[in-house]
Amino acid sequence: MNPTLNKVIAQTEQVILGKPRQIRLALTCLLARGHLLIEDLPGVGKTTLAHVLAKTLGLQFQRIQFTSDMLPSDILGVSIYQRDSGEFKFHAGPIFAQMILADEVNRATPKTQSALLEAMEEHQVTSEGETRPLPVPFFVIATQNPTNQIGTFPLPESQLDRFLMRIQLGYPDAQAERGLLAGIERRDLIANLKPQMETAELMALQQQVRQVLVSPALLDYVQAILRHTRESARYVHGLSPRAGLSLLAAARAWALLDGRNAAIPEDIQAVLPGVASHRLQSVQDVHTSDGDKLARELIEAVAIP
Amino acid sequence: MKLSAPLTFGLIACILLVSAPHAEHLPLWVSAVCAALLAWRAYLTWGGYPLPARWLLLGITIACVLAIAITFRTLFGREAGVALLILLATLKLLELKAVRDATVLVYLSCFIIITNFFYSQSIPTALFMLFTLLVIMATWVHMQTGALALRPRLRIAVVLLLQAIPLSLIIFVLFPRVQGPLWGMPQDAYATSGLSDNMAPGSMSKLSLSDAVAFRVTFADQAPAREQMYWRGPVLWDYDGMTWTRGRNATLRGPTLTDTSMPVEYTVTLEPHNKRWLFALDMPAKLSIPAELAPDFQLLSRAPVNARTRYTANSFLSYRANPEEQPQQLQRALALPPGYNPQSRQLAAEWRAQSDSPEAVVRTALAYFNQQGFVYTLEPPLLGLNGVDEFMFGTKQGFCEHYAGSFVVLMRAAGIPARVVTGYQGGEYNDLGGYHIIRQADAHAWAEVWLRERGWVRVDPTAAISPARIQSGLSSALPDNSALPFMARNPPQWLRGLRLNWDTLANQWNQWVLGYNTERQFAFLTRMGMEDITWQKMALNMLAGVAVLVGVFTLLMLRRLATRKTDAVQAAWLKVCRKLAKAGLPRAPHEGPMDYAARIAAAHPDLAADIYDIAARYASLRYGGETEQEGLAAFKDAVRTFKL
Repeated sequence: MNPTLNKVIAQTEQVILGKPRQIRLALTCLLARGHLLIEDLPGVGKTTLAHVLAKTLGLQFQRIQFTSDMLPSDILGVSIYQRDSGEFKFHAGPIFAQMILADEVNRATPKTQSALLEAMEEHQVTSEGETRPLPVPFFVIATQNPTNQIGTFPLPESQLDRFLMRIQLGYPDAQAERGLLAGIERRDLIANLKPQMETAELMALQQQVRQVLVSPALLDYVQAILRHTRESARYVHGLSPRAGLSLLAAARAWALLDGRNAAIPEDIQAVLPGVASHRLQSVQDVHTSDGDKLARELIEAVAIP
Repeated sequence: MKLSAPLTFGLIACILLVSAPHAEHLPLWVSAVCAALLAWRAYLTWGGYPLPARWLLLGITIACVLAIAITFRTLFGREAGVALLILLATLKLLELKAVRDATVLVYLSCFIIITNFFYSQSIPTALFMLFTLLVIMATWVHMQTGALALRPRLRIAVVLLLQAIPLSLIIFVLFPRVQGPLWGMPQDAYATSGLSDNMAPGSMSKLSLSDAVAFRVTFADQAPAREQMYWRGPVLWDYDGMTWTRGRNATLRGPTLTDTSMPVEYTVTLEPHNKRWLFALDMPAKLSIPAELAPDFQLLSRAPVNARTRYTANSFLSYRANPEEQPQQLQRALALPPGYNPQSRQLAAEWRAQSDSPEAVVRTALAYFNQQGFVYTLEPPLLGLNGVDEFMFGTKQGFCEHYAGSFVVLMRAAGIPARVVTGYQGGEYNDLGGYHIIRQADAHAWAEVWLRERGWVRVDPTAAISPARIQSGLSSALPDNSALPFMARNPPQWLRGLRLNWDTLANQWNQWVLGYNTERQFAFLTRMGMEDITWQKMALNMLAGVAVLVGVFTLLMLRRLATRKTDAVQAAWLKVCRKLAKAGLPRAPHEGPMDYAARIAAAHPDLAADIYDIAARYASLRYGGETEQEGLAAFKDAVRTFKL
């Protein structure tokens, strides 16, 4: 396995205790050039995770706290008239950073949400007729409160689809929580973190992910999964072709994290809950669907060809 | 395992579809109870409520069985059996707990499908049952595959049914047809309508309100003119002042036809009517099936016609029938009940006195009917004790039975032997199918008089009053025809075409599907080139055909499986999995190689190194794009040497 990645993981695990799988998934998402959605209750460490990753990977970091009175220009930036030069000057918004933490994205109105999501998709911002590219790499970690909380505008399915993965952190186990309670203040820990990676190195790794081999046998498996979701009566909709592509990209990154240059079915299974859970909806309980449970059922329902 | 709500609804639909057509002939309470039970079951499923208690179900079941025993006075036989079967199947829905119960219900539905054919074997019934079968198959597929959406489920069901078609074709064509009670329909299987063996005022006009097909006829050559088409049925001799009946023939001597000419040959497909007589054109000479030709030229089958019957007949349109008649028979043909209808007798006696020959009397009588203001109508006024007198001198309105009956009474009173013949007259030509349809509405009655030298001569008094009835059918003879059945009136041309198309189809269905009996089977197989047909040979051929078909399907399926397994890497890996499965550690279908290896290693630490090695080699060969040759050999070696 890549020693740099090892160091990144080790350093992150020092701060985020007892969540190795979620850390790996977040890293996988980054390596696969996707954006990450973290959905969980307040206070379980969503912001900390984003912060630690940015610090450790040596990326410029911006945090945007979403509120219901926010406008698109609060994110993208705005042109202001300069009296001395007599011209309009563009003041870049907080989105012009390599890593964005979009906190509580479902508190903003759909208009503002879509400004962010368009930027995520296009990797550029168009404002007042001028198109400005976003920094490279560009990575968004959005956090979302469970949609049944009050004062939220749930993201529609089409926009959920822009996120490569959705993960949940959940409560730490007893041992990890003990360490958290007894240890040093997290904020101080983060302040002392050192970057473990150059930006160029990260981009090289992202390039490497694309080289990870995917055999026809694995494609058969992915297709079997997609077909099952479309034919089964358990889901409202089947997975889209984009979901299939996302699944492959994530599996490649996961294989690379694991130090392999070929993806195997286990990689697919490892990333499937993250990739598929926000794209699947159970027919039976539309409102409170446990995405992870659905994904696990899906894994068990499809035989590896 | 609990059955899901969609599956339960599917089963409810199956039972509903197979029992719905029975509602037409079952007692009302059976249909009502079934509907109530089905609705109850649907409600329980919809709300997710628990099923009723066992004692309650037992009570309902006992009550139903008792009610059937009381209604039908038996639990066996067709009617009671079907009612019992449907009620019990519906009750079974209410104790639907496990998959086993669902399986029983699916098979039961298939069986109840068959019972529907006890009552109707028409094309619509067959199509409806095919649809029902599709629903049953889809439900069965649902049961087998679990959570599959409706569309793929239906696709599997359709494919299964399509695969069954060649198999059922072979069995249909070759299954030995044995004529006998085992294969035949129950005696009471057919609703009947048709001519009866007696005639009273009103009986014919009632029949002419029915649209039902009596029989269909295909002529070998040119069809005779319409006014020649008298389809002979029961011949009525005895008259009691009100009703004409057949009576008993006084002679055993067979009938004789002389001076015959104008032969016609034709094939009749007779709808079952549960009576013995067969129909043929005046006068029949030869028949292809065993039948008795009575002394009065009536054709009688050996047993009541309770299945659709096909026969070829030869008739002569010009003939002399029994020019030498037995005196006893002539005596019968002159008998009149004493004391009735004095006026008519008087009139006939006058005619006899004024005429010099019997032929002249007949002519006088016909002229009388023609000129004295008689009316041909479907709704004549009712007649009293001296019916013929009232008709002749009072109402003067009648249908064919009035004219035929009165004419014969007049002839007998004038001393001319006469009798009533009933049957059908005319028929509708279906130019699409090239055959004639004779409906119950074509029922007719006419007279025959016996003249010296000429024998029995047909005289149709109706023709004297209303020639249109004979030349172009009932609808043109009746000015106000609103009471007639729809098809006997003059429907629009397109509707008539549609109707004839449909009848052509129904005729083909009758001839080739329902009428595919021993005779047809032999003829068909001979034409297909089979020689010396015996039923053993047919059975062998059928088994061989089925075996070949099953073989072909099996080969196709094996080939499909083989293409999946030819992969050598996969084959070797499956071998390892089999070895481990025997040791009680089977691989789950969704388990990847590395996960499986980890599980094995945890269970058998001694195998850890080997199984990790094999899994890694497999993963690299199957997923890692490793070039096969050497890697494969090493992998195969590792698999071969792997031991528990």
